[in-house]
Amino acid sequence: MYPAPFEYYAPKSVGEALSLLSQNADAKILAGGHSLLPLMKLRLAQPAALIDIGKITDLYGISDMGNTISLGALTTHHDVEHSGVLRRECPLLPEVASHIGDRQVRNRGTLGGSLAHADPAADYPAAMLALGAHIEVQGTGGKRSISADDLFTGLLQTSLNVNELIVSVRVPKTNAKGQSVAYAKFPHPASRYAIAGVAVWVKLENDQVSDVRVGVTGAADHAQRAKKTEDALKGKALNNDAIAAAAKLAADGLKTLGDVYASADYRAHLVNTLTAQALSAAQARAHGM
Amino acid sequence: MGVLGQSIKRREDPRLITGEAKYLDDLQMAGMAHAAILRSPFAHAKIKSIKTERAAALPGVIGVFTGKDFMELNPLPCAWAAGGVENHLNTPRCLEPDRVTHTGMGVAVVVAQDRYTAEDALALIEVDWEPLPVVTNAKKATEAGAPQLHENAPKNIECEWQCGDAAATDAALKSADVVIKQQIINQRLIPTAMEPRGCVARYDSAADEYTVWATAQAPHVMRLITTAFVFGIPETKMRVISPQVGGGFGAKIYLYPEYVLVIALSKKIGRAVKWMETRRENYVATTHGRDHITEVEIGAKKDGSITGLRVHTYANMGGILSTIAPGIPTTLYGRLLSGPYKIPHIYCHVLNVYTNTGMVDAYRGAGRPEATYVLERAMDWVADALGMDPVQVRRKNFIPSNEFPYTPADNILAGLAYDSGDYTKTLDKALAMLDYKDFREEQAAARKQGKYLGVGFSSYIELCGVAPSAWIGLPNQGWGAGLWESANIRMHLTGKVVVTTGSQSHGQGHETTMAQIVADQLGIPVDDVIVQHSDTLGTPFGYGSYGSRSGAVGGIAVYRAAERIKEKAKRLAAHMLEANVQDLIYEDGKVMVKGVPAKAKTIQEIALQSAVGYSLPQGMEPFLDETSYYDPPNCTYPFGTHICIVEVDAQTGKTKILRYIAVDDVGNVINPMIVDGQVHGGIAQGVAQALYEGAVYDDNGQLVSGSLMDYAVPTAAMLPSYETARTVTPSPVNPLGVKGAGETGTIASTPAVVNAVMDALKPFGVKHIDMPLTPEKVWRAMHTNGGMS
Repeated sequence: MYPAPFEYYAPKSVGEALSLLSQNADAKILAGGHSLLPLMKLRLAQPAALIDIGKITDLYGISDMGNTISLGALTTHHDVEHSGVLRRECPLLPEVASHIGDRQVRNRGTLGGSLAHADPAADYPAAMLALGAHIEVQGTGGKRSISADDLFTGLLQTSLNVNELIVSVRVPKTNAKGQSVAYAKFPHPASRYAIAGVAVWVKLENDQVSDVRVGVTGAADHAQRAKKTEDALKGKALNNDAIAAAAKLAADGLKTLGDVYASADYRAHLVNTLTAQALSAAQARAHGM
Repeated sequence: MGVLGQSIKRREDPRLITGEAKYLDDLQMAGMAHAAILRSPFAHAKIKSIKTERAAALPGVIGVFTGKDFMELNPLPCAWAAGGVENHLNTPRCLEPDRVTHTGMGVAVVVAQDRYTAEDALALIEVDWEPLPVVTNAKKATEAGAPQLHENAPKNIECEWQCGDAAATDAALKSADVVIKQQIINQRLIPTAMEPRGCVARYDSAADEYTVWATAQAPHVMRLITTAFVFGIPETKMRVISPQVGGGFGAKIYLYPEYVLVIALSKKIGRAVKWMETRRENYVATTHGRDHITEVEIGAKKDGSITGLRVHTYANMGGILSTIAPGIPTTLYGRLLSGPYKIPHIYCHVLNVYTNTGMVDAYRGAGRPEATYVLERAMDWVADALGMDPVQVRRKNFIPSNEFPYTPADNILAGLAYDSGDYTKTLDKALAMLDYKDFREEQAAARKQGKYLGVGFSSYIELCGVAPSAWIGLPNQGWGAGLWESANIRMHLTGKVVVTTGSQSHGQGHETTMAQIVADQLGIPVDDVIVQHSDTLGTPFGYGSYGSRSGAVGGIAVYRAAERIKEKAKRLAAHMLEANVQDLIYEDGKVMVKGVPAKAKTIQEIALQSAVGYSLPQGMEPFLDETSYYDPPNCTYPFGTHICIVEVDAQTGKTKILRYIAVDDVGNVINPMIVDGQVHGGIAQGVAQALYEGAVYDDNGQLVSGSLMDYAVPTAAMLPSYETARTVTPSPVNPLGVKGAGETGTIASTPAVVNAVMDALKPFGVKHIDMPLTPEKVWRAMHTNGGMS
């Protein structure tokens, strides 16, 4: 529990942070610190420098942008969970945030930090995929927007470039009639990370599924969409039979991981089971049940 | 009504809940240096060489040492070899000089001005290792071709021990109408006290004396074995203090290599030295518990009466022995296998086995949870095989309440007898709380809807209040000393009382309960009594706190010291009142002439007279100061029945506890609130074993469940609300009639939960699943044996 020595910087602007990042090889961005610091305390991570972005005021806050909501990268899980605008306009995010870790973790951990770390069992990635979120990033070369579908690329891997920083996350409002969301999670009893977690967003038109996105986390080396399930639902009525048939396809093609607690087979079974649970919950909500 | 039996608030709590209590890591002293230990990454390896020069050169480093620097110190002693058999003992040194037999053994130490520097320097030490083959499974370790850990222990067997009657049990099993044979595993657990271990030592060169602060459940014993056995110095040259200790559960009883190391370093470098364990070290270097592979055979007649029980256990000791390891799976396990039942014949055969895993020693319950698990699973198998109700099988075999004291069959308890019991009474009370008939109807209805409810029963006895010295001692059960306990009471001039006890409190609430005993005896306010403990300076020698012994042994020493105070007070009062001592009685804090309440002296008046000594009877010494060394004539035997109701989710295999009922009989109760707390905590740890916790080593001897991210200690949200009740059957063993309550919950709860899950899975034809009953294991069992409905 004693980290190796490191340099510490606390820039006041994104520009300053980016220039520090480009000047310091082997530097790490410090946001909430709830993934990085434990690794450093065990000396599993030994970055030469930490760039603490906590003093950059631009990175805070939840803003209503009209059709979308923008969340600053430093928005804590607690603030996501308790945000009035999110609860009204994009309730999947508060629901997912409420499942993260424990109260202490939610008070300190941040949205941007979680996404950049890309833990394969984190909760947010499933929600980002289900919502079709966009991750706004800034690098020395300028700004760009990454679709959630393109963000997670492998175990703890993202499509962020070395000297890029997540600035904010943009999610759509999903409160319009006919849209429904849900998250189903099977937590590890010790870490509370997802053994599997499934987030769904469904859009119904004339009682039929006109669009759907299913995000799966925890089961494979990175969060992915269950596209076979999505395809199986499109154009169908969202009833129990359709859900059961589509949910059976959720883990199809997914390279699930196994460990001491849960084998790859069992994780696949959980993905299917949780997909059915999440879709059923979304169905019930859509029908005001 | 006296203060005994009252739920007064724990006097320890204000300092604990306000953060004022001082734990080991709070200790700071001028010039204190900090130690960090280089631990073996290999489970079995030779040390070819260690290069320390680069580490020693790091600025801030005071010294770097290896095992070769401490060869003048003896290896740590094993204080409890299994009784009556040959033991092949192998114990650790403060740092291993040549070879390691489990991951996490210390091989070098850095002492530096701060812990960060010490940790930085560890990375600069170069060890040339020669890895050796590894075995982690106790059964496999005894098979031909397994890697050998110690020259003196062929087939890795530390000892082969047995109790009971093999031939009579064979015959009893042959005479049975039904015999069930099953292998069960009682998995390894990690005690996980909230506070890890630590030690601070300071050497005074002028006096040639050591002062040691350690997270110790038995400071007197730790001092004795450190000085006399490891350092070869008089025990009077060392003072050991346990500061506030944040949980022990057995794992803080022992002398550990790090303590010896820190003490030795304090003299070597001439500065106080601190070492505080990290959680990662805690998991690899502090003792674990349980880890049995057991083959059980139980026979019964058609009417459900048990004819015999044969048990063969491989008990994993780890790579090297902790302080009392061999005694746990022998005396405290095999001898308890009759449980609450009248079993005609029992035979238990145990192999204590070395493997390349962390040390295993007593963990809350220590042997008794393992015995209870064997027996309570077996009772359910008998019920299944005969198509009987599990409650009926238990009831049928209970020792009748008129047969106490009861001596279990085949001398398995080595001459002792259960003190008192009424097992039907606790069972009936628990069943009444449950409403058993209603539950079975609800269960049947639920099954039709694809909901799987189950009920599990666990009736148990415990052996606690350990133990008569002559019984457990070296010539008999192999314990290397006595097991009496001590107390001193001084009543000062103002009537205020100081109690010192050799017992040690690390969560049990001695400062409250022992004050209750004294206040009740002397008829004075509890607030007038303070209880001091956990410092070898100023307390009489005592063996420490474990085995649910502080009340039934330590508390009785306090009681007897108070009796002696009363006796002396009466003799002095007789002098003050000019009365005959035979005519006096002690009541409500006063000594009075029988039938003449006006002719009385309060204990405070007597204490004053005794302290000033102006007028004492001929030959009486001043001051009320009495000591008792109490050696119990028997252990005590709490009992009870726990019932658990679960629902198993057919889709995921996840178990949810719907109700948990615990009816215990711990004899008379000193403080019901403290007993309730002990029962709650005990149940939590037992449920944890059934559903959540399990230490897992891979084939290379690496602890896979090496952190709290992997090892699932349950939180409050993962546990049910407990419905607790008690019956009271006083123990005839001691004058307070108390038995002990520290471990009952852990002993009873594990099989109650497992039996409930198995009951829920009955439609799937599942007979047994080894713990922890993780969702995947349950889900697989539902598929393999019966298929999903």
